Amino acid sequence: MTDSYLKAVDGGLVKGLAQRLGLPQPVVLRRHDPSAPLVPGPVLVVGGRPDAADDADAVARALLGWDLDVRQARGDAVPEGVERWGAIVVVVTEAKTPEDLHDPVLALGAQLRRLARCGRVVTVSRAPGDGDSPALAATRAGVEGFLRSVAKELRAGATANGVQLVAGAGAGDPAALAALHFFLSGRSAFVDGQLLEVGAGPAWDATGFDRSRPLAGRVAVVTGAARGIGAEVARTLARDGASVVVVDVPAAGEALAAVANEVRGTALQLDVTADDAGARILEHARSRHGGLHVLVHNAGILRDKLLANMRPAQWDAVVAVNLAAQLRITGHLLDVGGFSEAPHIVSLASTSGIAGNRGQTNYGFSKAGVIGHTRATARLVAALGGTANAVAPGFIETDMTASIPLVPRQVARRASSLQQGGQPVDVAEAIAFLASPGSTGITGQVLRVCGQNLVGR
Amino acid sequence: MATTPEPASSRSEDAGASGGAAGVPRTRDAVIVGGNRIPFARAGGKYAAASNQDMFTAALEGLVARFGLQGERLGEVVGGAVLKHSRDFNLVRESVLGSSLSPQTPAYDLQQACATGLEAVVSVANKIRLGQVESGIAGGADTVSDAPIAVSEGLRRVLLEASHARSTKARVAAFAKLRPRDLAPLSPSTDEPRTGLSMGEHQAITTARWGITREAQDAVALASHRNLAAAWDSGFFDDLVTPFRGLTRDQNLRPDSSAEKLASLRPVFGARLEGTEPSMTAGNSTPLTDGASAVLLASRAWAAERHLPVLARVVDAETAAVDYVHGHEGLLMAPAHAVPRLLARHGLGLGDFDLYEIHEAFASTVLTTLAAWEDADYCREELGLDGPLGSIDRDRLNVNGSSVAAGHPFAATGGRIVATAAKLAAARAAETGRTARALVSVCAAGGLGVAAIIESAAPGTEA
Repeated sequence: MTDSYLKAVDGGLVKGLAQRLGLPQPVVLRRHDPSAPLVPGPVLVVGGRPDAADDADAVARALLGWDLDVRQARGDAVPEGVERWGAIVVVVTEAKTPEDLHDPVLALGAQLRRLARCGRVVTVSRAPGDGDSPALAATRAGVEGFLRSVAKELRAGATANGVQLVAGAGAGDPAALAALHFFLSGRSAFVDGQLLEVGAGPAWDATGFDRSRPLAGRVAVVTGAARGIGAEVARTLARDGASVVVVDVPAAGEALAAVANEVRGTALQLDVTADDAGARILEHARSRHGGLHVLVHNAGILRDKLLANMRPAQWDAVVAVNLAAQLRITGHLLDVGGFSEAPHIVSLASTSGIAGNRGQTNYGFSKAGVIGHTRATARLVAALGGTANAVAPGFIETDMTASIPLVPRQVARRASSLQQGGQPVDVAEAIAFLASPGSTGITGQVLRVCGQNLVGR
Repeated sequence: MATTPEPASSRSEDAGASGGAAGVPRTRDAVIVGGNRIPFARAGGKYAAASNQDMFTAALEGLVARFGLQGERLGEVVGGAVLKHSRDFNLVRESVLGSSLSPQTPAYDLQQACATGLEAVVSVANKIRLGQVESGIAGGADTVSDAPIAVSEGLRRVLLEASHARSTKARVAAFAKLRPRDLAPLSPSTDEPRTGLSMGEHQAITTARWGITREAQDAVALASHRNLAAAWDSGFFDDLVTPFRGLTRDQNLRPDSSAEKLASLRPVFGARLEGTEPSMTAGNSTPLTDGASAVLLASRAWAAERHLPVLARVVDAETAAVDYVHGHEGLLMAPAHAVPRLLARHGLGLGDFDLYEIHEAFASTVLTTLAAWEDADYCREELGLDGPLGSIDRDRLNVNGSSVAAGHPFAATGGRIVATAAKLAAARAAETGRTARALVSVCAAGGLGVAAIIESAAPGTEA
């Protein structure tokens, strides 16, 4: 799935031409590289009052703990001598009125041109709550529109995302810092213009936690893992230390075996729509790997048809695989207490489930349904100290999108702030993040991996 | 049908270990963890461009993936192929090197015609029982699509002589001996070297000797297709087969086969036998097939350490050979001899089994074997028994189909049968709560035959 236009304009011969013609200028994104620093330059923390032990200070101290070069801009004093910022973190958790945004916002603006290629802007704010006064609610909600607009302004692979603390959560909590870490890192390459709500979550003991292998000792099951996004999820979870059970239909067994052998996991040939799918998954994970901590509902199919022409089988198959199977499998695991402690469930939604798509009434229904059950499941697994989240990919370069005709494919690729399609690994990174113990506190969320697609939120 | 009291059942010995019966040394268990094969393809079908090594490697890779054996150093991998290129002298070792197993896993090739796969299982199981290895894979592959084609004996001699020649003149002299007929290639033949008869023609003689009817053969063939189709539909093969090169089910399987269709086929073997109506058709004979299979065996401790399932244990095996050249026994009748010897060693009767897996080289092979065991004179004169060995409950025979439907890639059949029998035995035991026992028999070219006893074995300590 080569994006030859991107190759040509990113340092290629036609770069200047594309610039003069005002054509999209996507760049090769900065992705996870364990040997590279977390961000491509020093980090500027904007917000907070001078000499106060406030949230901005807590964030800055956490960043220092990650061995980053951190500078703080308090009030309107901005440090000099930095050519390119690797990231700018804007902490506005303590803003009470719209006027309180003035200083940090304009400080960010003044530094924006100095943001490195594939740099990061991350806002840390508070989510609007039910008890907020109108002014407080306006201030907090306003950050969302501001953040999404900043994301659209950035160029050269830079992204802007927000950590939104919900009541009870602190800026220095592990979950908030895990989200901040994810947004700063190359793992979030194709996540842009997104706000992630972070709650306090259950207490999590980070003793002995190895950030380079966050899933060490965890057993993960990935459905639909024979190819595409599912295979990449398996690779990414294994890279992060998990023992992986890859699941796909028996007919996909050859590719599934190759994935299993690559990630040194086990292959389970299984149709997720089978009545006993949940029981068989659990039996395999328990007997062979000793537990089940992470469940990634990735299996999904397309049967695109205008509703006016939809045949019953086309509707039924999509609902059965994309939605009903997830409900039945998770339901069984919860009913029999099959999950090991603090389970993390991640389901594949889709931007089609958020914005809708012509010819995809069945798919849109199933994927919006996934978002719905994710919120409800989050409440059920909270009792276990676990989380349930969804990831909604936008245009991802897979065999599936490669089959879209040339012109619509090019249009779909460019219709995002990053002006390119994402890679399967981008979705996998988001899933791995939501599957990691550090993300406890992030639950019931839908994280879009869409390069800030122009459609939907 | 003659009936004679069968030897006393040894159910009471269910709790016994491998051996324990008279004349069987007591050893630790060799257990069957599971199996994997690729779907079997018809000759010239989906695997037309696949080599034995490609197929056996694929069978190994599926097994490795199923049981998480990546990087594992196994005790040994044993297998082979019947139709084999000379360059494949280390077929199994080369397959191991191309797999995800540890390259430190030893391997050797074994060949015993159609019994190659089962003999490989026996070999690995024996080493495990003796404590020489903790684990091993047994299997085999065969392709008739990618079969070796050799040069004629004349050309071969000329080429060898030319390669040894020390001068151009001598080389020219060597080539001068070449005759046009020497240039015709030699295709591999499965005909019996000592009789010149094909296996089918041999079996036609045996079929006639035992008076096996066309209807009875077609019924076995139909059951094979129906049973195999039902097994596929029920998901039985979900953890026994990994697709290969776009083939997801056995290509030879005809789920819509019917007695009428089978009855309409023209006999292909035995047409020149005097005084008998030919009855063996393409429908009730096994087609030429490509495929590969592998079975994972281990000691109980090895399996337990890796949290692997235990389906069954290999109790014992017996190989027999018959004199079909100078004697009067049928080419494929060796299992008829192997089974009673095996049963005697364990004090078992023919009826003491929950499952029977009798390889369908031809539908009539199964029927002649069963007829022989029911025949008092034959059992006395040929097998040295006091009376008939007995009969079996046909509802327990090849319950999930056999080679007529699945196809028979020679060396791959043993692995297919053993994995199927082990899984069936484990399921039967789980159902009934008691040990389930399976009898496996595979006939082979050269008048060979191997029989084995497999018993369900729950995970845990030595039985």
